[in-house]
Amino acid sequence: MRKLIELPESPISDKQGRIGKSTKHESATRQVSGKARYTDDIPEQVNIAYAAVGTANQSSGRIIEINLTEVRKAPGVIDIITVDDVPGHTDIAPVFDGDPILADGQIKFHGQPVFAVLAESVTQARQAALKAQIKTSDENSEPACLSVADAKEKEHYVRPPYSMMRGDFAESYASSQHQITQQFDVGGQEHLYLEGQVSLALPEEQGRMMIYTSSQHPSEVQKLVAEVLDVKLHKVTVDMRRMGGGFGGKETQAAQWACLAALFAQRNQRAVKLRLPRMQDMITTGKRHPFSNSFSLGFNEEGLIQATKIEVAGNCGHSPDLSDAIVDRAMFHADNAYYLANCEIEGLRCKLNQVSHTAFRGFGGPQGMLVAEAMMDAIARQLKEDPLTIRKRNLYDDDKRNTTHYGMQVEHNLLPDLIEKLEASSDYWSRREAIRAFNETSPIIKKGLALTPVKFGISFTAKHLNQAGALLHIYTDGSIQINHGGTEMGQGLHTKIAQIVANEFGLPIDFIEVTSTRTDKVPNTSPTAASSGTDINGKAAQNACITVKERLAAFYAEQVKGDAEQVKFEDQKVTLGEHGIEFSELVQQAYMSRISLSASGFYKTPKIHYNREEAKGRPFFYFANGASVSEVSIDTLTGETKVERVDILHDVGNSINPAIDIGQIEGGFIQGMGWLTTEDLKWDETGRLISNNPATYKIPAIGDTPEVFNVDLYPRANEEDSIYNSKAVGEPPFMLAMSVWSAIKDAISSLSDYQVDPELSTPATPERIVDAVDKLIATQGF
Amino acid sequence: MISFMLNNEVEQISDVPPDLTLLNYLRENKKLTGSKEGCASGDCGACTVVIAEKNDSGKKLEYKAVNSCVTFLSALEGKQLITVEHLAKGEELHPVQQSLVDFHASQCGFCTPGFVMSMFALYHQSNEPNRDDVLHALSGNLCRCTGYRPIIDATLNACHNKQPDKFDLEEERTLAQLDALPREQQGIDGLYTPKTRQALANLKRNHPDARLFAGSTDLALESTQQLKTLNQLISVSQVPELNVLQEEENGVRIGAAVPLNKLKPLLLKHFPMLDELHWRFASMPIRNQATLGGNVANASPIGDMPPALLALNASIVVDNGENKRNIDINSFFTNYRQTQLATDEWIESIFIPYLPQDSISRAYKVSKRMEDDISAVCAVFNIEFDDKHQITRISSGFGGVAATPIKAVELKQLEGKNWAAKSTYELGTEILSQAFQPIDDVRASAEYRQKMITNLWRRFWLETNPSTARIQTRVISHA
Ligand SMILES: Cc1cc2nc3c(=O)[nH]c(=O)nc-3n(C[C@H](O)[C@H](O)[C@H](O)COP(=O)(O)OP(=O)(O)OC[C@H]3O[C@@H](n4cnc5c(N)ncnc54)[C@H](O)[C@@H]3O)c2cc1C
Ligand code: FES
Ligand code: FES
Repeated sequence: MRKLIELPESPISDKQGRIGKSTKHESATRQVSGKARYTDDIPEQVNIAYAAVGTANQSSGRIIEINLTEVRKAPGVIDIITVDDVPGHTDIAPVFDGDPILADGQIKFHGQPVFAVLAESVTQARQAALKAQIKTSDENSEPACLSVADAKEKEHYVRPPYSMMRGDFAESYASSQHQITQQFDVGGQEHLYLEGQVSLALPEEQGRMMIYTSSQHPSEVQKLVAEVLDVKLHKVTVDMRRMGGGFGGKETQAAQWACLAALFAQRNQRAVKLRLPRMQDMITTGKRHPFSNSFSLGFNEEGLIQATKIEVAGNCGHSPDLSDAIVDRAMFHADNAYYLANCEIEGLRCKLNQVSHTAFRGFGGPQGMLVAEAMMDAIARQLKEDPLTIRKRNLYDDDKRNTTHYGMQVEHNLLPDLIEKLEASSDYWSRREAIRAFNETSPIIKKGLALTPVKFGISFTAKHLNQAGALLHIYTDGSIQINHGGTEMGQGLHTKIAQIVANEFGLPIDFIEVTSTRTDKVPNTSPTAASSGTDINGKAAQNACITVKERLAAFYAEQVKGDAEQVKFEDQKVTLGEHGIEFSELVQQAYMSRISLSASGFYKTPKIHYNREEAKGRPFFYFANGASVSEVSIDTLTGETKVERVDILHDVGNSINPAIDIGQIEGGFIQGMGWLTTEDLKWDETGRLISNNPATYKIPAIGDTPEVFNVDLYPRANEEDSIYNSKAVGEPPFMLAMSVWSAIKDAISSLSDYQVDPELSTPATPERIVDAVDKLIATQGF
Repeated sequence: MISFMLNNEVEQISDVPPDLTLLNYLRENKKLTGSKEGCASGDCGACTVVIAEKNDSGKKLEYKAVNSCVTFLSALEGKQLITVEHLAKGEELHPVQQSLVDFHASQCGFCTPGFVMSMFALYHQSNEPNRDDVLHALSGNLCRCTGYRPIIDATLNACHNKQPDKFDLEEERTLAQLDALPREQQGIDGLYTPKTRQALANLKRNHPDARLFAGSTDLALESTQQLKTLNQLISVSQVPELNVLQEEENGVRIGAAVPLNKLKPLLLKHFPMLDELHWRFASMPIRNQATLGGNVANASPIGDMPPALLALNASIVVDNGENKRNIDINSFFTNYRQTQLATDEWIESIFIPYLPQDSISRAYKVSKRMEDDISAVCAVFNIEFDDKHQITRISSGFGGVAATPIKAVELKQLEGKNWAAKSTYELGTEILSQAFQPIDDVRASAEYRQKMITNLWRRFWLETNPSTARIQTRVISHA
């Protein structure tokens, strides 16, 4: 550069780049005008070809022959691969082995990819993929295991059972005044990210491979692509600008498609795109784990829990994937917000002939928390108390009952206060009365009300993942590019990072450009998961800012002969005492004086540790909290439900961006509501997924949004030193929807004058609700 | 050749596969990637585009949202296809776009272009829509991120602060451009768009393997989901006889090719109890295309209109270009997805007789989700009385309970009985509990379906008897 860029005359004075402001999503304008580019929208290379996968038609069996003659002959076909054609690793499992890139001898689940085909058009590839004949034999192959009960009986586990305990369950159970046992099933959940799985692989010179993908974990895609291609990591670059939704479904399970595209790209030296059609996406990628849960519960006259024995049995599908950590998280959260005095919690990781279930917002936490909420409802009915009263009594307190069953102290316990505020703002008690009165005169339609809390531990439970990196460049006009290891899937991460950088430098938001996540900019990153995106990448970005700021401050302090520590970056200016200079001006001077304007930043989460053998430690940096009140109406004739009103108070610490945080809360709640009500995964008796498209699998539609939907942020800073003392918000709100489930049970229970706690597995579909109603009427004679 | 306007440009197409969908045409042929594919089955709305056409007066444009993934190019003939890329005026966003931005209503943004287009259609259709209007207009758009609240608010905001947009300002010019498009074409090779009864008959004769379609909301799935190649397609949409919509002396006549949203006012004027069945039928964009004829010809046991037509004693007029036949709906469905239609015939129209004064009828749909879901069970009941409240005639129609849409013949036993008597209700329950053997499937179990048959009967009785009519029986009260 010989001549510096001319600086604009009148500086832009947009002050939006501040923390706590509802800065617009960085892509909003592009999204509404159709200009935001997703992987499938990237202009195509002239030599591009398209891949499709061919899948197994049964749930188990040994493959004897894959007859591809007709596939090869199909119009437009260029290439076909099976597992035998993979030069490097054939197992693309993220943690423990077990995820073959294409079926390797054994068929593990109905719909498992067995081969892949490359053709000149998308349709040709997909049509060709239907033409294979896959011959299998049941000899030397175990019969398919298709239920959790069956897996438990045969002790078919993808990972060994694990337990956490405290005190003496048996003794305190025996001496408890009341005892209840219950069993219920918790349904899984299809991610149904609106943008399906897609990857584009471009072969480049020197044997390099460029991957564009819709993935929450570019670094893992890079590693797996390198492994299957049998090349070093530095040969592979992954670029990820944005996803059309991820929710956990693209944490590990986006890699397979990238690897297959890369294999074809390497073999044929052509650009290759693999985009799954929706039905295949739903069949071949894992879901939220369905669980079978049970508990034995002892409690006293006040409803205080004395003893609990909980079993959470996760349906992991055919391989471990992330299931060990997911079932662990269910166990960590089986207390939700309540103190479990003497307890034993066992987690099973059942192995079934199903697609391998995977991460999904909450990561097992929601399935575990439902146990805690089920216990609260059960106690309340037995003691004929309002469930809210029982919930409040069992909360952790600041005194003796303040340590979790895994030995982590619940510090800064704000739920008692938060619940009290919500109780008042939602008018809980007077609505309770009104609902009772309504139900007395309404024989068919029944209303229900429930308040449930959420306490969710923030951090990856795999300690090493709690690290992040960022790369900051300041250009000579003062504009800044920031790159970090997190991925943007709609959650507003890039917007928050831009705000953080803008805030650090005292600049308007449009000085900051967050660029796509790339493995050649920030290496060895963690997945964008566990709600940690802003926490860890925000800190890393901030650290990069601090590094450059220190250089600039030192440079400026030297010029004006002051103390570098006193230099401030505010309102597009850098000031020191009475001295001041335009930020961009200083940047140019710094450049001319050969000061580096680029830095990387790094962060690792402090304080966390966990000893898995002893099942004790502090796996979480802090807890995010919230509570919600839901009011529902149910039709006892059809089971149809309407969520009439929802009030939420949620703790995000100091909000970096209230609009984005509220968006996460509302969206998480509705997604959770879908999980607990209409989203009904069904497999037939052969193990085939039959709820395999959006016509048969129903996520909430616009009419399901409650008409009264009050969402407030609980105004209190995070006591821990998180980025600007904010709190993670991606996952926690999902579990707020538990109040919908509990309110439905409340409505059903009204048929027994609130004497009986109805059994209600999830999702609480119309069918399940009618069954629960009928069962209650039949067995109780109400 | 098919001529239309793509945004502001005149397009003339002759060389595409007949089963090319609008979405693939936009994304692949035109490289307009703003419209997204989320499902390719009409279920998610990510692909929503708007089709503008002249209204009945010919002087104004009418804007309708459709799912481009289940629409063939013939639907564009003589019309303007508007995509998300065309809404902004240079850098200035359209009010519906700006409103989405202002209300923080996009997160991942993948659903957003589809919402924009549904909102844009509503912006042009409705003055001051209320919340329910918004929900209906956006019923075909799924969003997995936002929970919809900001989208609802953004839509209300944009529509309540409506200003003439660039489309209003350009309306005259667009009308003139549409008028200038060449007419009287017959589509393209393999995708025929006959304009007369005779032309349709000839095409059908010359291409015996060709598939008929109207809205293509069922047929297109054979291509997009089952990956069939459909290389001979005949659109019935432009044949005048299939587009009648009239009140006759004894009933209403509805052309087979009239989209559901278009026939709605007439249908609901005479059969107001079909309101819920109508708004819960698929979604707004699907109803903009889907036809009554298609629903009947498709003969799905879970279609929603056949039960209503059964209960209302409708008849079907079929035609082969030479002879027309009148078929009683009660004998139209012969077996699983089979009808009395001969291979050379098509459905011309559906006739529904007016209800007598002393009659009551109700139509119920039960599904997992209220909006845009297929019925687990659909039940329609219709009872006629004499002046002493004795039942003179009872008819019914059910979906989801047998291999065809079906009526409960045995309910005839109730004729002569007093509707208000509990014993009448009980006899009906007994009959209905044995009438059908429903099946288990992904939507519901056989037991649940069985229960719904009798529970909906109970609802019907409760709602239509003075002594119980004040009991609330619905969780949704629809304006
Ligand atoms: C997302 C989605 C939701 C849906 N929801 C519902 C719902 O809630 N309830 C419901 O009942 N249906 C639903 N459907 C199915 C479909 O929309 C209806 O069946 C619709 O009425 C079909 O009309 P069409 O004009 O689009 O039919 P087309 O797809 O054009 O045709 C359907 C069949 O009928 C034949 N056909 C069409 N017109 C004629 C004619 N005049 N003479 C002879 N044969 C003819 C065609 O050859 C074809 O076999 C849904 C579909 C989708 C994609
Ligand atoms: S792509 Fe989902 S409706 Fe068209
Ligand atoms: S914003 Fe992601 S699906 Fe709507």
